[in-house]
Amino acid sequence: MPKIKLADSTVQTIREICKKYDNKEGELINVLHNVQEKLGYLPAEVQEVIALELNMSVAKVYGVVTFYSFFTMIPQGEYPISICMGTACYVRGAEQVLNEFKRQLKVEVGQTTPDGRFSLSCLRCVGACGLAPVVMVGDKVFGRVAPQQVKDIIAEYHEGCPHEAKSA
Amino acid sequence: MSDYNMQILICGGTGCKASESEEIRNVFNDLLGEYLLEDEVQVVTTGCFGFCEKGPIIKVLPDNTFYVHVTPADVDEIIREHLVKGRQVERLLYRDPHSHEVIHDSKGMDFYKKQIRIALRNCGFIDPENIEEYIARDGYLALGRCLSEMTPEGVIDEIKKSGLRGRGGAGFPTGLKWEITSRSVADQKYVVCNADEGDPGAFMDRSILEGDPHSVIEAMTICGYCIGADKGLVYIRAEYPLAIQRLKVALDQARAYGLLGRNILGSTFGFDIELRYGAGAFVCGEETALIHSMEGSRGEPTVKPPFPAESGYLGKPTNVNNVETFANIPVIINKGAAWFSAIGTEKSKGTKVFALAGKINNVGLIEVPMGTTLREVVFDIGGGIKGGKKFKSVQTGGPSGGMLTTASLDTPIDYENLQAAGTMMGSGGMIVMDEDDCMVAIAKYYLEFTLEESCGKCTPCRIGNKRLFEILEKITAGNGKEEDIDKLRMLSHVIKDASLCGLGQSSPNPVLSTLAHFEDEYLAHIKQGRCPAGKCKALLKYVVVEDKCTGCTLCFRTCPVGAITGERRAPHFIDQALCIKCGICFEKCKFDAIELA
Repeated sequence: MPKIKLADSTVQTIREICKKYDNKEGELINVLHNVQEKLGYLPAEVQEVIALELNMSVAKVYGVVTFYSFFTMIPQGEYPISICMGTACYVRGAEQVLNEFKRQLKVEVGQTTPDGRFSLSCLRCVGACGLAPVVMVGDKVFGRVAPQQVKDIIAEYHEGCPHEAKSA
Repeated sequence: MSDYNMQILICGGTGCKASESEEIRNVFNDLLGEYLLEDEVQVVTTGCFGFCEKGPIIKVLPDNTFYVHVTPADVDEIIREHLVKGRQVERLLYRDPHSHEVIHDSKGMDFYKKQIRIALRNCGFIDPENIEEYIARDGYLALGRCLSEMTPEGVIDEIKKSGLRGRGGAGFPTGLKWEITSRSVADQKYVVCNADEGDPGAFMDRSILEGDPHSVIEAMTICGYCIGADKGLVYIRAEYPLAIQRLKVALDQARAYGLLGRNILGSTFGFDIELRYGAGAFVCGEETALIHSMEGSRGEPTVKPPFPAESGYLGKPTNVNNVETFANIPVIINKGAAWFSAIGTEKSKGTKVFALAGKINNVGLIEVPMGTTLREVVFDIGGGIKGGKKFKSVQTGGPSGGMLTTASLDTPIDYENLQAAGTMMGSGGMIVMDEDDCMVAIAKYYLEFTLEESCGKCTPCRIGNKRLFEILEKITAGNGKEEDIDKLRMLSHVIKDASLCGLGQSSPNPVLSTLAHFEDEYLAHIKQGRCPAGKCKALLKYVVVEDKCTGCTLCFRTCPVGAITGERRAPHFIDQALCIKCGICFEKCKFDAIELA
């Protein structure tokens, strides 16, 4: 992955977050949550700044980032698409829905489309098992999704009017 | 209810919120003003009613009218007909799936009849963001009694007598756990609530935190009093934003009422609670891993002893209990150990909350006395299998559990019986499967989950599960051999014996359990190259039945990959090399001219 140069203001933001947690090593996970919320993802360069601020090795920061599925080192698409792969969704056909998304967007799980519009991921359980299978696009939940609806869901966001999108 | 004549309860659980329950509330607020009813009717957003299948749900009190699948467009009619004229809106009422009759009073629903709600006592009844409503239903009464009338030993004794066992999975006696931690000597101790519900398809803890956060806060405070801790931590999944928000509101309110902080209720006892966020790691459900995660490290388990009761968070004695376990505590103090222990079976007392999901009519959250049979849960409460299909099995215990089959339908559900049946209670996920679910594929699904979630510390778990997964992949792809079955069994036992923590020790359970009950399905894949449930794609082959095909071209037009060719009014043909086995042609064909070969 090509190295990125962080803007000074970004470095400043990261430093402020670390300071909020008294630059304590034990607060690493809280720091990561905060930084990811601000920046959207945690690339290696960001981890280096955090390691420096919390006075710990980059290896340890990297170890934690890669351990937890919530943290990501890849930038998310403008509309992150997550397919729930909880058991309830799985037995009601989530896999077919996921495959259809992969096929239509031509990306694998964990990747972002080249235009930066959509990223595809799986998540464990939204807890909306009554609506299984569930797909989330950003914060919006689509329930009882069939593979045939995938095209329409993508189209809604392609046209750029996601706010009028209707859930099933 | 006090000043209002009527109450509208709107479910604000995650499922119903996802289907516009918030918008419904807004429309109610607007329209009640227009009808000049805002002083007569109170609108309350509550926690989960449990009946998620039919959400969004609205309940009207005092007459217990239960409206299902409500949309914002229905609100006007509900106000006009029901609130103004006193006539229920029939078309929105719940219909009994067997008799097809409308249910006028929710007490008459089979779904609720067999339930006893202890941990879920307030879910769907109170506004979780209003501490007054919790207090009005005996909230913080138990804490008051403990602090003013009981010694810590007395409280622990009561919990021990109640027979309450940990609801997170293993079923360790709660009172005993408290006693051990209380005996540890240290300058600082901690109470931890494990709200890292990682089991896919389970949402009990989330619903309790969303619907009744104060019950957990009250219980944690009681626990702090018992073990001598002044600090509590809730380890909660970052993926549960609504539960986090409601918990934060509840904590602020409890502090404002003097129920957290120094000198609680005028006593010398002080206690406060902080939140810690999980970041998506199933293994963090294990106590030692959870503690490492709270300390900011990778959530890898370590050897016990020392147990957290001796050396836990930051090396101090720590008592870890799960959300549902805590939610039971205030009721036990209020109603007494004798009352609680009268419910349930000989060794499993009280109730258990289950998240019922999968191929069942009433997906939702239920709470039943221990000892209820699986048949009652699936067919009476759950309303039977979706689409009239045949019941095949229920998976309990998530990725660490196993299958219950028709043979277990009449077994009373408790810790011991589930274990004897080759599965476990787990945290309470119950996934119902029907004849269309392939048991080999399900075992593979769970292993894929474990593979991703294995922390990698122990070799048998890290590599062994990978090998198990590969064998299952081979079988579902039609390349399995008969000796693979023995290999699966042997490897499973090695992984179970040689892994350090509960994750590794239980990860092969889905394989062993499906092998025990459905070996014939494995053999069908291996020997006949056939998936009896028709799920394993590599073994499927869609073909056109020539004499049934009318050449309507519908399949040709709907095939997403252009694998179907043929002239109008002549039999079509599916190119197997191009076919992705999506099954759309099979579903769309009006003449049953496409078959699974």
